Amino acid sequence: MNKINFLYLVFLVTIGMSAYLFQGCQSNPYVHGQILYENFCANCHMEDGTGLIGNIPPLAGADFLKNYADQLPCIIRYGVKDTLVVNGQTYTTPMAGIPQLTDIEVTNVINYINHAWGNDNGFTRPTDVQVILEACKQEEL
Amino acid sequence: MKNIFYLIPVLLLLFACKEEVKEELPILGNTYEEAGKKIYHEIRDFSFVNQDSMTITNEVFAGKAYVSDHFFISCPTICPKLTKSMLRIHDKFKSDDRLLLLSHSIDTKYDTIPRLKKYANDLGVSSDKWHFVTGDKEQILDIAEDYFNVALEDADAPGGYNHSGRLVLVDKNKHLRAFCDGTDAESVTKFLGDIETLLAEMDQEKL
Repeated sequence: MNKINFLYLVFLVTIGMSAYLFQGCQSNPYVHGQILYENFCANCHMEDGTGLIGNIPPLAGADFLKNYADQLPCIIRYGVKDTLVVNGQTYTTPMAGIPQLTDIEVTNVINYINHAWGNDNGFTRPTDVQVILEACKQEEL
Repeated sequence: MKNIFYLIPVLLLLFACKEEVKEELPILGNTYEEAGKKIYHEIRDFSFVNQDSMTITNEVFAGKAYVSDHFFISCPTICPKLTKSMLRIHDKFKSDDRLLLLSHSIDTKYDTIPRLKKYANDLGVSSDKWHFVTGDKEQILDIAEDYFNVALEDADAPGGYNHSGRLVLVDKNKHLRAFCDGTDAESVTKFLGDIETLLAEMDQEKL
């Protein structure tokens, strides 16, 4: 009887711990992307994704992320020189690229910004990002 | 001997009271004595040009407090955060004419008056509250020191300049009274309180 009780206890603890761990994963599945974002992007786009009014476009609630999803990998790697329109507002400040990020890291950043701050723009696969980056490859940076 | 124990609560109470009293802002920087009078660190005389091509000197800030920072438009590192923090201060004291804002561009070559004008317009702010100034490069870089900031040209730095991100509060006597790290939201929150303290002090003096 004692043994059964003990096994039951072990069973409960195991369930509890996996539930706890699983929840930990669920609450933020894009930790790597978040760390990269905070190091490379947050200076301008801010930790909360709000950007700087009139000068740097927001990422939180930005229609651009949805409408131009296939441009995001190349924007992150090579930056932007042209004007962009985000949520109806035109932005002219150039953006510097982040050439040191690998294809996987670019994917992780995209998945982070597409799910942070209430954004829900679907999951981007690394293989798709690789194809896009190959297509916009620039010789010398 | 027993009396000491009775004293403890009294002492504790004293300290508790002390914390509640709002502290006066100190006058920051080095001081020296001249003819028996204490001389405080102050902002030197300057003459720059703002986004509306108006000449901006110390006179513009006469009788007012102001917050100063150093930035440049194409800065890829700390400046957007500095400007965002300045904007927080701007929005909070928008209708309070005792406080002005002064942003020095350290990239005097690229940040022309039209570019500064556009930058200010895009932020939705105007020169009756917030001056974005440019001018003689040496003067702009040198005056940074008066505001406890460092601004240097450095080809190896991102964007071509190295500079620190302090926001500095100057009183109507050109004395520095408080500063904060413009890239740290918490530090700015405390700074907003310091500004209130200074404005209250200015009102006291008027009575």
